[in-house]
Amino acid sequence: MSVAVSPDTSARGARGGGTAPARGRRRGFPIGRTAVYVALTALAIFSLGPIVLFFFNALKTNSEYAADSLGLPTSWTWSNFTSAWSQANMGAGLWNSLQIVLGTVAITCVVASLAAYALARLKVRGASAFMTYLLVSSALPSQMFLVPLFYMWARAGLYDTRIGLVLIYCGLFSPFGTLLLRSFLLGIPREMEEAARVDGAGELRVFLQVVLPNAVPGILTVALTTGLSAYNEFLFAVTMIQSDSKMPLSTTFFTFQQGFTQNFTLISAAGFIMIAPMLILFLLLQRRFINGLANSGMGGI
Amino acid sequence: MTISESTAAAGAGPDVSRIPAPHRPGVLARLRDRRVSGWLFLLPLIAFNLFVVLVPSAFSVWYSFTDWTGISSKANFIGLENYRNLLRDPEFVQGLEHNVLWTVFFLIVPMAMGLFGAYALSRIRRFRLLFRTLYFIPYIVASVVNASIWRSILDPQNGLGNLLHINPLGDQHLALWSVEFVNNWAWWGFLVVVFLAAMQGVNPSLYEAATMDGAGATRQFFAVTLPAIRPTFAFLGLMTIIWSFLAFDYVYILTQGGPAGSTDLLSTVAYRNAFSNLQGGYASATGIVMAFISGVVVTVYLVIRKTREWET
Repeated sequence: MSVAVSPDTSARGARGGGTAPARGRRRGFPIGRTAVYVALTALAIFSLGPIVLFFFNALKTNSEYAADSLGLPTSWTWSNFTSAWSQANMGAGLWNSLQIVLGTVAITCVVASLAAYALARLKVRGASAFMTYLLVSSALPSQMFLVPLFYMWARAGLYDTRIGLVLIYCGLFSPFGTLLLRSFLLGIPREMEEAARVDGAGELRVFLQVVLPNAVPGILTVALTTGLSAYNEFLFAVTMIQSDSKMPLSTTFFTFQQGFTQNFTLISAAGFIMIAPMLILFLLLQRRFINGLANSGMGGI
Repeated sequence: MTISESTAAAGAGPDVSRIPAPHRPGVLARLRDRRVSGWLFLLPLIAFNLFVVLVPSAFSVWYSFTDWTGISSKANFIGLENYRNLLRDPEFVQGLEHNVLWTVFFLIVPMAMGLFGAYALSRIRRFRLLFRTLYFIPYIVASVVNASIWRSILDPQNGLGNLLHINPLGDQHLALWSVEFVNNWAWWGFLVVVFLAAMQGVNPSLYEAATMDGAGATRQFFAVTLPAIRPTFAFLGLMTIIWSFLAFDYVYILTQGGPAGSTDLLSTVAYRNAFSNLQGGYASATGIVMAFISGVVVTVYLVIRKTREWET
């Protein structure tokens, strides 16, 4: 896409080449404001177009899709969504995902806020070495520990259980949540905590009654980013859950689209059912999502 | 990033030592309490990390020297044989080559798109947040669904593939590029957001001075913006290299490493060896090599950062 966009902008730049220096001096944008907006819009279409097309395909009949898979639907076949819901077993997948996501979010928030409090406020010997360790351990390739983890989980009876997957997600996501919450806590003034300590409150009480209420926005950010990661996660879900009845949405959908009948209209409908909850949540709370994911500088290709 | 914050925390925390000692036992108890309780509060995090990451990783180091299948409790020590076999294994070598190509692609294409998008957004006034949101949306969509979206678009019978008479995911010469393209589509918007956040911290007077000197937008980007966001740029470069060696989802979902191994990465080779070929020890050795490569990259980055003193 960058290849497709840049000739466009450079062509415009070359065409207006004679006036470019003069304009640059005046406005600081030699290729011109319009060209910049054209390029930005082209990139927006590049980002959103495929998702919109996917939605259109979910509304087509099979013959319509076969005739024109890249155009608008002529008849709006909403029944694809209900067929996909039952054929792909999306209801069970959604229920499993809900349990897995909520379990992961709840445990991770508790674990991360306790740890973040210690790292931001308590005197912990070797705290900075420990945080470096957290960063390094979250950059380790999963392939390094996947097979022994699989074996351990199988021996412990956690293989093919939802709680087993939840525990793995908590281990994978809590370092990130801890570091994110720690930098949030560093931004909160500590006078109230000191006052509580002078009044004789123990660390646990200071944490529960003073720190936690102030940290709610930070915890919410951790909850959202953790929830999104758990909902979308694929590698551990496909490795650790085998029974259809326990699969989260990601592997439910994967199994459905791997099936014999390559029915793209139903696959599109099922896929759209999967992403709809996260799209809605993101559009409602986008600032929190974006700040949480971007400021941490963490993610993954 | 972390270092400057931790020194700030250390500087802001002399409160305990400053408390005089009129009631001696109480202060001592509190001091002790704060030291011990620190690690108590960290205990759940450590326990999770121990069982999910550290212990299995340690096992992996041991198993990489054995002929372990991955499913039985038997494992015979075979020394360095797994590692020696890796060097002779054409699948491993091919996977490594693809990982290098993958890294180069992700260091160039998404970085360029991310920098362009962020710089353009930082220099416009209207619709900045709208564009930022739109670019970010593919990043929050699940990889399984993104893969499905592009499988249908690239389909040789119905999609663009038919229009252009190519089979992007089925052609050995195109498949790796196609998978990288799809992964980049979901990825570059994240870079826009991170770069934009860094660019908004650039002192505006630097741009004004550059404009006075007659520098155009392109000159300003290279002379002002890029030097100012260098720490972010270096950090994302580092993470791109690390994440490129972790890439798995899109290859596994779109092509399973095929056709004829043309999209295999180290991660998919190791996964197949572990779970299809039941070579747990061999797969562990692959994982150790991947971790070793990441470790080298991180070390080089830390050394460079120390010597050049890049700090945010």
